[in-house]
Amino acid sequence: MAATTPFRSATQRESANQLGLWTLIATEVLFFGGLFTAYVVYRFTYPAAFAAGSHRLEFWYGTINTAVLLTSSLCMAVGDVMIKHDRRRALQLCLLATALLGLLFLGIKFSEYYHMYREQLVPGINYRAEGPPQMQLFILLYFIMTGLHALHMLIGLGALTWLGWLNHRGRFSSTGHQPVVMVGLYWHFIDCVWVFLYPLLYLIPHLT
Amino acid sequence: MMRLFPQFATLTERLPEASSFAPRVDGIFTGLLIASAVVIVILTALTLTFLIRYRREAKVNRSAVRIATWKLETAWTAGTTLVFLVFFFWGASVYLDIKRVPAAGDADEINVVGRQWMWDIRHPDGRREFNTMHVLVNRPVRLLLSAEDVIHSFFVPAFRLKQDLVPGKTVDAWFKPTRTGVYTLFCAQYCGTEHSAMLGRIIVQSPADYAAWLAGDWKAAAAAARNTDHDLRSSGRRLFQQFGCSVCHDPDAFVHAPSLVGIYGQRVRLSDGTFVRADDQYLHDSILHASRQVVAGYVPMMPSYDGVIPEPDVLELISYLKSITPAPPAAPPAASP
Amino acid sequence: MTSYLAAGSSVRSWLCTLDHKRIAVLYLFTVTFFFLIGATAAVLMRWELLTPAGNLVTSDTYNRLFTLHGVIMVWFFLIPVVPTVLGNFILPLAIGARDVAFPRLNLASWYIFVSGGLLALYAIVFGGVDTGWTFYTPYSSTYSNSHVMVMAAGIFVAGFASIATGINFIVTVHKLRAPGLTWFRLPLFVWSIYATSIIMVLATPVLAITLVLMMLERGFGVGIFDPHLGGDPLLFQHLFWFYSHPAVYIMILPGMGVVSELVTCFARKRIFGYKVMAVSILSIAGLGFLVWGHHMFVSSQSVYAGLVFSLLSFMVSVPSAIKVFNWIATLHRGSITFATPLLYALGFIALFTIGGLTGVCLATLAVDVHLHDTYFVVAHFHYIMVGGMVMAYLGGMHYWWPKISGRLYPERLARAAAVIIFLGFNLTFFPQFILGYLGMPRRFHTYPQEFHTLNVISTCGAAVLGVGYLLPLVYLTWSFFRGPRAGPNPWNATGLEWQTDSPAPEHNFRETPVVTGPPYDYPPL
Repeated sequence: MAATTPFRSATQRESANQLGLWTLIATEVLFFGGLFTAYVVYRFTYPAAFAAGSHRLEFWYGTINTAVLLTSSLCMAVGDVMIKHDRRRALQLCLLATALLGLLFLGIKFSEYYHMYREQLVPGINYRAEGPPQMQLFILLYFIMTGLHALHMLIGLGALTWLGWLNHRGRFSSTGHQPVVMVGLYWHFIDCVWVFLYPLLYLIPHLT
Repeated sequence: MMRLFPQFATLTERLPEASSFAPRVDGIFTGLLIASAVVIVILTALTLTFLIRYRREAKVNRSAVRIATWKLETAWTAGTTLVFLVFFFWGASVYLDIKRVPAAGDADEINVVGRQWMWDIRHPDGRREFNTMHVLVNRPVRLLLSAEDVIHSFFVPAFRLKQDLVPGKTVDAWFKPTRTGVYTLFCAQYCGTEHSAMLGRIIVQSPADYAAWLAGDWKAAAAAARNTDHDLRSSGRRLFQQFGCSVCHDPDAFVHAPSLVGIYGQRVRLSDGTFVRADDQYLHDSILHASRQVVAGYVPMMPSYDGVIPEPDVLELISYLKSITPAPPAAPPAASP
Repeated sequence: MTSYLAAGSSVRSWLCTLDHKRIAVLYLFTVTFFFLIGATAAVLMRWELLTPAGNLVTSDTYNRLFTLHGVIMVWFFLIPVVPTVLGNFILPLAIGARDVAFPRLNLASWYIFVSGGLLALYAIVFGGVDTGWTFYTPYSSTYSNSHVMVMAAGIFVAGFASIATGINFIVTVHKLRAPGLTWFRLPLFVWSIYATSIIMVLATPVLAITLVLMMLERGFGVGIFDPHLGGDPLLFQHLFWFYSHPAVYIMILPGMGVVSELVTCFARKRIFGYKVMAVSILSIAGLGFLVWGHHMFVSSQSVYAGLVFSLLSFMVSVPSAIKVFNWIATLHRGSITFATPLLYALGFIALFTIGGLTGVCLATLAVDVHLHDTYFVVAHFHYIMVGGMVMAYLGGMHYWWPKISGRLYPERLARAAAVIIFLGFNLTFFPQFILGYLGMPRRFHTYPQEFHTLNVISTCGAAVLGVGYLLPLVYLTWSFFRGPRAGPNPWNATGLEWQTDSPAPEHNFRETPVVTGPPYDYPPL
C-alpha cells in the first residue's frame, strides 16, 4: 500500500516537520518542567540540605561535562553549515565529533554515578550519608534529572548515528538536508537542558 | 406515604445545621440553587420555545435578525461574570472564617490522629478516645490534625466541615458546635481497604452531660470495653491492629518490617552488628523507642510510640507478641520468661 | 473512487494501514472494548451499592473496581475517544486534506496506545489496583498492595500516544488546510480538536513525569513525596492535577466542537457568534491550565492559593456559559429537524449546563469544603463527562456514520435509544447530588442506612442507562451490514467532508477542494 503523501510540495512537508519538532520540544520542556518544579520547591524549603548535597557532587565532572556538551553543540552547528555548502565529508566528520563528545559526556556522567555509588550516595540502593535527611531529596533529584537527561542524550546519539548513515548514503545536499537541521535542533535542546541543570545541581555551594 | 416508606423521610429531612458556619454554607448553597434554577428555567423555556416554533414544518419568519447582537452578547457575558463574582466573594468570605482558627485561649484544643482505619482522639488533659469525640455545645473546638500513614480527611457533614490529614504535618481546623446530638464523622479521603469503615461519632453534649462525661464515664467506658475481652490474645491483637502495628508487621504487609511471629526469645541482629535477645525489655523498648535499636537490614522507619501507647497497653501488646508462634503445632511453644 | 473500506481487505492492510480513516476505525474498536470493561466495573459497583452493607464483593475488590473504572474510563476511553475516532476520521476531510501530516506517526500512536492498554489489562487481570485513578501518595507509593507499577506504566505509555496524536493534529491544522480555508473559516469541530491537541501536548508530559516519580518512590522505597524524608505528599497532588485538570478539558472540548456541527446542521443555520465560539474554545484551553488547585481546597493548601484558584475557576466557566447561550441562540429562527444527532446535542446542552452549574457550586470555596470528596463531585463530573462528552460522541457517531460506514442507521430506534440514555442518565446521577450534599463520601464500599433510598434509585437508573448504551452498539453494527446505503450528503450539511462520497474514498477527494466562504453557510431560510 503506497504511502501517498498528504503534502502538496516538499517545502510544505519540511515546514510541517519543523513545526512537529518544535511541538515535540514543547512537550519535552513540560516533561523536564515537572522535575524542575519539584527541585525549586524543595530548594526553597531546605536550602541547607540542598547545599550540603551539592557539595557531595564532583564539581569538576560537571564542569568538564558542560564544556564537552557545549563543544558538541558547536560541532553540530558547524556540521549544519557544512552541508549548506554541500560538504558532505565535513558533515560526516562533524557528526562523528558530536557523537564522540556525546559519548564522552555519558562516559564522564556514568563514572560520576559510579563514584557516588562507591561513596554510598545512591538513594534506594546504598544510601548511607551523614547529613540532614533532606539531603537525600537533593541526591535523588540529581539522579533523576541527570538520568532523564542522559536518556535523551542516548536517543540523540541514536539520531546522530542515523544521520551519519543517511549522509554516508549521499542523501544530503545543500538543498535537501532537513533531518540534519531537525536533529541539530534536538541536540541543542538537550544541551539547553544541561545548561539549566548544571548551575542548579553543581553550583549552589559556589554561589552562596 | 411517609408511613408506607419510612426511608422516604430521609429524603426530605435536611441535614442538621450543627455548627456555627453550617447555616452560612447552606445559605450560599441555597443561593446557588436558586440562581441555577433561574438559569435552567430560562434556558429551558427559550430552547423549548425555539424548538417548537422553529421546527422545520412551521411557517414562521426566519429572516436573519437585524439588530446588532453584540449588545445582547455583552449583556449576558457581563451578567454571568457578575453573578459568578458575587458567589466567589460570598464563598471566599465564609471560607476565610472557616479557615480562621481561633487562638488557643478561646477554644478547646483536641488532637486528632488519623491512621488506617481509625480516629485517635486526644484531649489536652490526657483523655483518649477512639472513634468518638465528646465536646461541649457552643464552645469552639480547635482541632490539631495529623496522619500517621496515608492521607485521611476529617469530615463531619452536620458541621459542613472537612479538612485533610496529611502525614508529615499537623494541620489545624476548628468548629463551634451549636446543637447537641451525635453526628457522624467520615473519612473523606480514600485511604485504603477499610476507608468506608473509618467512621466516628462527634458527641455534642450539654454542660451537664459533658461534666458527667468528664467526671468518670469515659474511664468506665474504656474499662468496660476492655473487660469484655477476656481472651488476652484477642485483646492484644485488637491493640496490635488499633495502634497500626499490623499495617507494617503483618506477614502480608507491603511495608518491609521485621516479622514478629515467634519473636519472643529470639536472637536479633542489630544494625550496628551486635546481637541482643528479644526479651520483655527489648520488646518494651522497641515499641516505645524503635529508633534506638534498629534490626539489621531495615530502614529506621518505625515511629516512636512514646507517650502514645499507655503503659498497660504496652504490656498487653508484649503478652500478645509472646503468644504468636510460627504455625506448625509440632513447633515448641514460645519461650516463657 | 474506491472507498477506504474496500481498499484492501487483508488483516495486514488494516494493521499496517497509513490511512487516517482506517486508523480511526482501529481506535474505534479499541476504545469501545475499553469502554465495555469500564462499564462492567460500573455495573458491579452500582450493584454493590444497592445495599448499605458490603455483601456483593469485599472492600478490597470494591476499591479495585472503582480504580479500574476511573483509570479505564479516563485514560482509555474519554481522553482518546473523540480525538482518535472522530478526529482521526473527520479532521483531514473537514480541512480538505488527503491525510494527517504524519501518517506513520498516526499508526504508531495506535500501537503505542494498544501497548499501554495491554499493560493496564495485565494489571487488571492479575489483581488490579486499589489506589483510585488519582494515585495519591503516600498510599500509592508506599502502602498499597496492588499492581500500581504496571498500571502506572500502562498509563505512562498511553500518554505518548496522546502526545503523538496531539502533535499530528496541530501540524495538520497548521499546514494542510485546503486553499482558501483560513483560520476563521474553520469549522468549530476543527477548532476544538486543535485546542484539545494543544492541551494534550502540553499537559500529558507533566503526568508522565509525575507517574515516573511515583513509580521510582514505590520501586526504590525513597522519594520526593515521602514525609519521612521531608518530602511533601501535596507536591504529588499539585503535579498530578496540573495535568488532570487540563485533561478534563481534553475530555469536553471535542464534544463541544461536535455539538456546534450538529446544531448548525439540524437548525440549518450559521452558528451564532462564530468568532466568539472559536475564541471561547481557546480560552477554555488556556484558562484550564490555571485552575488545578480547585481540587485541593481542603488539602492543606494555603488559603491564598485557594482564593486564587477559586476566582480563576469561576472565570474559566464564563466561556463555557457563553457557548451554551450561543448554541441556544443558533436555534432561534432556524429550521429544526429532530434527527438523532440533534437529540444528542440537545441532551448535551441540558446536561452540560447542569454539570457546569454544579461545577460553579464546587468552585465556591465555603461550599466546596462541604462537598469535596462526596457524591456531589461524582455527580458533577459524570454530568459533564457522561451527560456531556459521551452524548456528544454518540451524536457525532450518528451524524458521521454515513461517512464512516456508507450506511444509514435506523432513525426511530436511534431516537428512542437517545431518550432512554437521557432518562437513564438523569435517574442514575441526579440522586447523587443529593447524596453528596447529605454527606455521603466518595469511594465508599459500605454506607450508613440513611443513604439507602437514593442509592437504590441511582442503581435503577444505571440499569436503564446500560440498556440505552447497548442499543447503539447493536443497531450501528447491524446497520453497517444491513442498513440502507447512504449518499454523499444525507443531511445536506455544509462542511468539506460532505463534498465527497460515503463511505469516504481512500484518498478523500478527487481534487483538493477550494474554500471561498465561511463555515455553516446554509442558504437563507
